[in-house]
Amino acid sequence: MTRYDRHIILSEIGQKGQDKLTQAKVLVVGAGGLGCPVLQYLTAAGIGTIGIVDFDVVEKSNLQRQVLFGTSSLGKNKAIAAKQRLLDLNDTISIHTYPEKLTRKNVLELFKDYDIIVDGTDNFATRYLINDASIITNKPLVYGAIYKFEGQVAVFNYKNGASYRCLFPTPSKEGAIPNCSEIGVLGVLPGIIGSMQANEVLKIILGLGNILSGKLLCYNALTTQTTTLIIHKVESEIKKVLSKKESFQNTVEELNCNFNPPEISIEDAFKKRNIQFIDVREKDEFPKVDSLNPTHIPLSKLENNLHKIDLKKKKIIFCQSGIRSKKAVSILQKHNINNSYSIKEGASEILEYINQLHKQQ
Amino acid sequence: MQLTIKYFGLIAEITKRNKEQFEFSGTLINEFLETVYLKYPKLKETHFQVAQNNEIVSKETIITQTEIALLPPFAGG
Repeated sequence: MTRYDRHIILSEIGQKGQDKLTQAKVLVVGAGGLGCPVLQYLTAAGIGTIGIVDFDVVEKSNLQRQVLFGTSSLGKNKAIAAKQRLLDLNDTISIHTYPEKLTRKNVLELFKDYDIIVDGTDNFATRYLINDASIITNKPLVYGAIYKFEGQVAVFNYKNGASYRCLFPTPSKEGAIPNCSEIGVLGVLPGIIGSMQANEVLKIILGLGNILSGKLLCYNALTTQTTTLIIHKVESEIKKVLSKKESFQNTVEELNCNFNPPEISIEDAFKKRNIQFIDVREKDEFPKVDSLNPTHIPLSKLENNLHKIDLKKKKIIFCQSGIRSKKAVSILQKHNINNSYSIKEGASEILEYINQLHKQQ
Repeated sequence: MQLTIKYFGLIAEITKRNKEQFEFSGTLINEFLETVYLKYPKLKETHFQVAQNNEIVSKETIITQTEIALLPPFAGG
């Protein structure tokens, strides 16, 4: 019996359908909670070419839900670690890994080589980037997103259907809607939502059933209720994206410029854990705040020094008055570096606050 | 008119319930939301989309059905 026998004996699929799966090329962005089940089922189903985009590394706290990984994957890049596991599951398919961040520069080129895009990311900036690039490259996008005990699934840009921007035209303030690492998530939830995404991918390729296009399925794991909402295509939103087609790669991300970057008081900044302080003032500006042991990157040189940013930490940025630090957060968001905060106060006030703290102790 | 309003995600956390009934005598969704904001001022600063009878609609839509849902975007994956 062949590997795909249980597919082939389904009259709705047959050898013809299985051949379609073999010929299909699917790109999965994000090999996290959603990406893992999506990748697992697409690999098992025999999708001939699978791409995996993820710049992140496997951490212990991922193992509660990211079922492709084990203790031996800790510290490894997720795309590469996923590929190792997936090839054990099915070594007859091709898996391409892209252990890098998805950006306006690389996204169009990447999408070009695939038939279907799957969104398994964990932040709005990347979700809008994926949506816009799917519109420009005319690829169906299988979307999934989760929040604690609830999930959303939809298929966007399918045969010129509605897009994510037809549902939510503009991004939420980054940080306004917490993601799993900030607020927690029931481990099995991405398993359920990711499996639904994999199902939509298979249906699109096989031409089976009704595609979840123009609809948003909302699932609540606590009540076991699903609600399906109808999304109407908003032509003006799609036209807006298409009008930027030519300049897409060269324009600076305007996504996050519509709202104020997250600001934080020095008091709240000190309550955060696992942080990197960044001083974006020029070298000769005083007072220095050495006790924070900040990374010094003048605002003017920030874009050329992104490698100095610790992606695994929360970035707390300050300057002389709280204005340049705000700008710095916007710049980081533009480069899809999230979890950055600007301290409202300037360096003198920060220093004064620290001195007060020392006096109290 | 008696309206049933359903809450999702972060919104349900703010309202501390998944659904409730509201008495409303106005015309537009926007007007209805003002009534909801009186009870939950925090929702005013929350990003969400509105569905009427399971159909996503703009906030300028006239209320013709009795079921309204408030849906926030989800970031997680």
